[in-house]
Amino acid sequence: MSKTLLELSGVSVSFDGFKAINSLSFQIGEPELRAIIGPNGAGKTTFMDIITGKTKPDEGHVLWGDKGISLLGMSESAIAREGIGRKFQKPTVFEAQTVRENLAMALKNPRGPFDVLFYKKTKRGAERIEEIAEQTGLTDSLTRPAGELSHGQKQWLEIGMLLAQEPRLLLVDEPAAGMTPAEREKTTEMLVEAARTRAVVVVEHDMEFVRRLNCKVTVLNEGSVLAEGSIDHVTSNPQVIEVYLGR
Amino acid sequence: MNRSFIARNPSVLWFLAFLGIFTLAVTLMAEATGTGFISTSFVKTLGKTLCLCLVAIAMDVVWGYCGILSLGHFAFFGIGGYAIGMWLMYARTETIVTDSMAAQVVPPSPQEVSDAIASQIFGVVGASEFPPIWAFAHSLPLQLLMVVLVPGLLALVFGWLAFRSRVTGVYLSILTQAMTLALSLYLFQNDSGLRGNNGLSGLQNIPGFESTPQSMVSMVFFWASALALALGYILFAWVVSGKMGSVIRAIRDDETRVRFLGYHVESYKLFVFTLTAVIAGIAGALYYPQAGIINPAEIAPIASIYLAVWVAIGGRGRLYGAVMGTVFVTLASSWFTGGGAPDINLGFYTIQWTDWWLVLLGLSFVAVTLFAPQGLGGLVDKIARKS
Repeated sequence: MSKTLLELSGVSVSFDGFKAINSLSFQIGEPELRAIIGPNGAGKTTFMDIITGKTKPDEGHVLWGDKGISLLGMSESAIAREGIGRKFQKPTVFEAQTVRENLAMALKNPRGPFDVLFYKKTKRGAERIEEIAEQTGLTDSLTRPAGELSHGQKQWLEIGMLLAQEPRLLLVDEPAAGMTPAEREKTTEMLVEAARTRAVVVVEHDMEFVRRLNCKVTVLNEGSVLAEGSIDHVTSNPQVIEVYLGR
Repeated sequence: MNRSFIARNPSVLWFLAFLGIFTLAVTLMAEATGTGFISTSFVKTLGKTLCLCLVAIAMDVVWGYCGILSLGHFAFFGIGGYAIGMWLMYARTETIVTDSMAAQVVPPSPQEVSDAIASQIFGVVGASEFPPIWAFAHSLPLQLLMVVLVPGLLALVFGWLAFRSRVTGVYLSILTQAMTLALSLYLFQNDSGLRGNNGLSGLQNIPGFESTPQSMVSMVFFWASALALALGYILFAWVVSGKMGSVIRAIRDDETRVRFLGYHVESYKLFVFTLTAVIAGIAGALYYPQAGIINPAEIAPIASIYLAVWVAIGGRGRLYGAVMGTVFVTLASSWFTGGGAPDINLGFYTIQWTDWWLVLLGLSFVAVTLFAPQGLGGLVDKIARKS
């Protein structure tokens, strides 16, 4: 069994009285692939916001890493440097810049302004970019502006940027949205491959996609965990059927 | 900075070549060093325009590249001018006072000299003592240090407070306007220590060079302004190239995403804001000795808005665009408002350009925004791409 990488316990957060997350507890090990499903408003995005430091919870603990340090009170950028990468629902790449520039920015390197100002391109960095471009099928597009890429390619570029960060935990929000079946298959492969060496959390609406990931599934509803287990286990749970699949 | 930097940025080389030719041409046509085809006052106008170009490229870096629409960068420009003006005024008054006291039988004590200088400078505002902020005015090196330190520190503190609170967009613009307005209003007060609305004057007279004619002084400042613009251009071109440029353009386009990449966005904004403020201060310190006078009206909010207009007309996100916008608008402005443009008689109404210039400028700003969002610099890009 893998050791725990991230642990949330008793986390609650409310917006104007609405409890978006209600004493949620969650654990993920390293390496592990995990899918999170749930109806709209179940708190999936807020869950990611809490881990990445965008939203501060009202109560609860978020512990990270071998030493169990608290992520609360750390800035978004500091959490990212700790090794948590996040992919947004909408592909957000820097469209005015080339694919290579996008990847170079994400490469794991010192992040201070003066480190960046006096940054020298290295051979290792260039090789790493080639490697990631290969994995994400963007080798031929390295010099193109990211804005010219297709929707699916942008999603892959964003996954590539995440890989370049060399995170220990990858949070992926609806990667398959708006993709063709062939693109979905490739995305599945990329995520499964990435999860061999690190923790990957995939938030997804599409049951078929989740089934193909073939991993442990956590079902969120009204801000807390409703069920957890294999896809067959959770889809046969009557409560899950009622709140989610039944609709 | 190495050879590959220039190789990757041919526009820098083009710009430097153009600036070099321009400087040489003006030198050959000026009164002091050439044929005299260009008057000394026009040399000063050109020198001042080069300084405005320098502050405009700073504005382009902070706004066009990093996406911070600062409407207060002219405050830093003004502070640079005041900082050098204090020394110019002090040193010149000191010369006058010691000369006039030399005739006295009993040599004046240092205190008497100091009092005499103070009452000379501050007589207009009814004071006769040096305010604390003039503590370093006697020393050129210290006052030159103030030219970079004061704008730098102000930008650092202001930027730290604003960026840390995640003030962005139009709110930040309003805050920067408030900063420059507050500074301007403060300086308008007689007890601000900088002579209130009189400002500092006689700055064109350089202490120690009283016998040098203004035609020569203006040339030296013109060369210094050209050199400062060249160095500033290289510095900024270097900053916005490579990975730093990549990150700050990314901050402009989507700062949240940059944060999740692990970059501390606020540090980057603070770096860009402070660096550009320092360069703006240097530009101001070269500008005001050519203008001869600085007063608080110079840093009124409208001045910083003009700066944004120049950059917008020239085309954001390209340094040569900022230079083109500045040259075009300031020279057009002095032509239209200086009586160069003939009035247009419509029969029922005569368009006098001194009144209508601002309307024309406003219309051209709207036209550029609507029809040529890439500005004048965008035209250059089109031509460069075709050839």
